[in-house]
Amino acid sequence: MLQIKNLHAKIEDKQILNGINLTINAGEVHAIMGPNGSGKSTLANVLAGRSDYEVTAGEVLFKDKDLLSFSPEDRAREGMFLAFQYPVEIPGVSTTNFIKTAVNEIRKYQGEDPLDAVAFLKMMKEKMKLVNIDQSLLSRSLNEGFSGGEKKRNEIFQMAMLEPSLAILDETDSGLDIDALRIVANGVNTLRNENNAVLVVTHYQRLLDYIVPDYVHVLYKGRIVKSGTKELALELEANGYDFIKQNVGEIA
Amino acid sequence: MEFNQLIQDAFNSLTQEQSEDTFFPIRQKAYENFQRQGIPTSKHEEWKYTRINSIVNNANAAFNFATPFKVTGIENIPALPFTQTALQLVFVDGVFYEELSMLNDTVEVCSMQQASVRYPDYIKKHAGHSSRYIKDGMQALNTAFAGNGLFVLVPKNTVLDAPIYIHHITRSVANQLFVQPRSLVVVEENAQVQLVEMYSNEGTQECFTNQVTEIAVYDQARMEYYKLQNQASHCHQVGTTHIQQVGKCFTHCVTITLSGGTVRNNLNLVLEAPHNEGHMYGLYLLDGQTHADNHTIVDNLAPDCFSNEFYKGIMDGKSNGVFNGKIFVRQIAQKTNAYQSNKNVLLSDTAQVNTKPQLEIFADDVKCSHGCTIGRLDDEAMFYLKARGIGDKKAKALLLHAFAEEIVEQVKPEELKKYIENLINERLEFGE
Ligand SMILES: Nc1ncnc2c1ncn2[C@@H]1O[C@H](COP(=O)(O)OP(=O)(O)O)[C@@H](O)[C@H]1O
Ligand SMILES: [Mg+2]
Repeated sequence: MLQIKNLHAKIEDKQILNGINLTINAGEVHAIMGPNGSGKSTLANVLAGRSDYEVTAGEVLFKDKDLLSFSPEDRAREGMFLAFQYPVEIPGVSTTNFIKTAVNEIRKYQGEDPLDAVAFLKMMKEKMKLVNIDQSLLSRSLNEGFSGGEKKRNEIFQMAMLEPSLAILDETDSGLDIDALRIVANGVNTLRNENNAVLVVTHYQRLLDYIVPDYVHVLYKGRIVKSGTKELALELEANGYDFIKQNVGEIA
Repeated sequence: MEFNQLIQDAFNSLTQEQSEDTFFPIRQKAYENFQRQGIPTSKHEEWKYTRINSIVNNANAAFNFATPFKVTGIENIPALPFTQTALQLVFVDGVFYEELSMLNDTVEVCSMQQASVRYPDYIKKHAGHSSRYIKDGMQALNTAFAGNGLFVLVPKNTVLDAPIYIHHITRSVANQLFVQPRSLVVVEENAQVQLVEMYSNEGTQECFTNQVTEIAVYDQARMEYYKLQNQASHCHQVGTTHIQQVGKCFTHCVTITLSGGTVRNNLNLVLEAPHNEGHMYGLYLLDGQTHADNHTIVDNLAPDCFSNEFYKGIMDGKSNGVFNGKIFVRQIAQKTNAYQSNKNVLLSDTAQVNTKPQLEIFADDVKCSHGCTIGRLDDEAMFYLKARGIGDKKAKALLLHAFAEEIVEQVKPEELKKYIENLINERLEFGE
C-alpha cells in the first residue's frame, strides 16, 4: 500500500525528516511513536501533501504510484486520509456541505456518479452512529467552536464518510477522555479491513490498547530508530523515551 | 469634445428649455458650483484613490447628456427578475418614467416639482440635504441636471410586505451616455419599507451614472435599503445615498457590488434623534479591472445612537477596492455606540485595496471601535479542504462563499437574497 524510502524533508531551512523508511501493507495497522518534536506530524503532513514542507530526498509509493507527484486533493482522491492533529476551524462552511462536496469530488475522480441527497443522508446517518456524533454538530460551521473532542470525532466521522484506503491519524487521542477515546477507536476498528491500512501517530501508548497495532515504530530526530511489535509500545510506556534517546545518542 | 464643453452645451440647452422651472435657480447655482469644482481629481481629499477624471476626459469620450426631462425610443424594457414587489419604479436613461412603473395606492409617487407643491416642508427639509456632506463637483452636477426627479412618500403606518424596486435602465447602444437620476424618499412615522436600487444597461458604449438618492426616515419607522451593482465594465457609477434619521427609527443598508467599471458609492447616515439605530453592510466582490470605492459617513448628532458598519471585499485580477468609513460623534452625542469593521481578501498580486477608518469624536462618553484587515485566503483552511479531496477551485469557492455570506445574509427580502446568491455562485463557479 505505502512504501516510504529514504524520505528527507525540511521546512524553511530546518531539516526535520532525515531518511524515513517504512512499508505498510494492506490490512495492517502501524503506530508511530516518539517524543514531541521528533517529526511525527511532519511525516503525516508530507504524506498528505502540505506544501510548506520541502522533500529534499527520497520517494514514496502509494498503491505503486509516485505519491509525491500528486496534489494534496489527488492524494485524498487516491485514498489517502489525514486526521489532523489540529483540525482547522472554517467559519461559514457548513460541515455537512463540506463533507458532501468532499465525497462527491472523490467519487468524480474515481469515475462514480455523485451521491444524491437521499443516498448521502442515508450514509451520513449510518456513519454518525458509528462515531456517535450529533446531527446538530454537523449543521454548524466546520469545526467552529467545537470542543477538542468534537473536532477529533469529526475527523473520524469524515474518515468514515470518505472510506480511505490509508488513514493517518495524527494524535487523534490527544484531548480525548476515555469514553471518547473508545468511541474513536471503535470507529477505526469497525472500518478496518484487509483492503485498507491505518497509520496511528501518537506519543502515548494509551490509544494502542484500543487500536491494536501490528507494528510499532519509534521516530526520533526525523528517523525511525526502532521498530517492533505492539510490545515495543509497552516497553516505551514503562521506560519512557529516555532510553531511546540514550541509545540514539550513541549511534549519532 | 472636452467634457466641460459638453456639459456647458447641455446646460445651455437646459436653460433655454427650463428657465421657467421652479427649480431653475437651484440648478443654476449648482451649475456654478460645478464649474468651480469640476470633476474631482485625485487631489481632492475624498477622491484620492478613485479616478473618474480619466473616464470623462478620455480622448475617446463623447458622452451624450440624456435630456433630463424626456426619454424617447423605449420599446422593450427588461423586466425585473422578481415576483414579490410592492412597487417597481423605473428610471430610463436617468429619467423617472411613470408609465413603465408599477405603482400602488398606498405609496405616493410623483415628481419632485409636484412634491414641492404638495409637500413643501419635506422638500425644504430634505431635498439637497446631502450636499452638506458631499461637497464635490459630481454632487453639484447631479443637482444641476437632475430632471423632474422622483419623489416617493411612504405614508404613516404603511407596512409593505414586499420591496419597492427602483430599476435604473440605461441605453448606451449607439452613443456614450451620461445620466443623473435623483430621488427623494420620505418614510413617515411608523411605516416599514424595503427599498432596492438596481441597474441594468443595454449597449456597449461607455455609460456613466451620477446619482443622488435622499431618504428621510421619521419616528418609529423602519427602512431597509439595498443597492445591487452588477454591470458590465463599460458602466461607471458615482452614487450618493443619503439617509436622514429624523425621528427615533431603524435603518438597515446593504450595498453589494459585483462588477462594473469604476464605481463610487457614498452612503451617509445622519442620526438626528436620540436612540437612532443604523446598520450598514457592504460586499464588493471584484475582478478584472473593476474599481469599487465605498465612502461611508455616520454622523451622530444626538445622544444614545447605535450604528454598526461591516464591509467585506474580495479582490481578484487587477481590481481595486477602496473603503473609507467616517464616524462623527458630535459633542452633544453622548453615549454613542458606533462600530465599524472592514475585511478584505486579495486573491491576486495585481489586485489592490485601500482602507481607511476615520473617527472624529467630540463627546467623551462614547463607545466606538473600528478595525480593518487585509489578507489572502487562509492557507491552513485551503489545505484542510484539499486534504479531503476538494480541488483548488472548489476549495477557494467554498471559502469565498463563506466570507461573502456574512454580508449576503443581511439581505432580508428572500427573493432578492436568492438572486444575489445565484449571481455570486455563478461568479465563483460554484455550481455542482
Ligand atoms: N511550520 C514550522 N516551521 C518551523 N519549524 C517547524 C514547523 N513545523 C514543525 N517544525 C519543527 O519541526 C520539528 C518536528 O515537528 P513535528 O513534526 O510537529 O513534531 P511532532 O509531531 O513529532 O511533535 C519540531 O522541532 C518543530 O519545531
Ligand atoms: Mg505532532
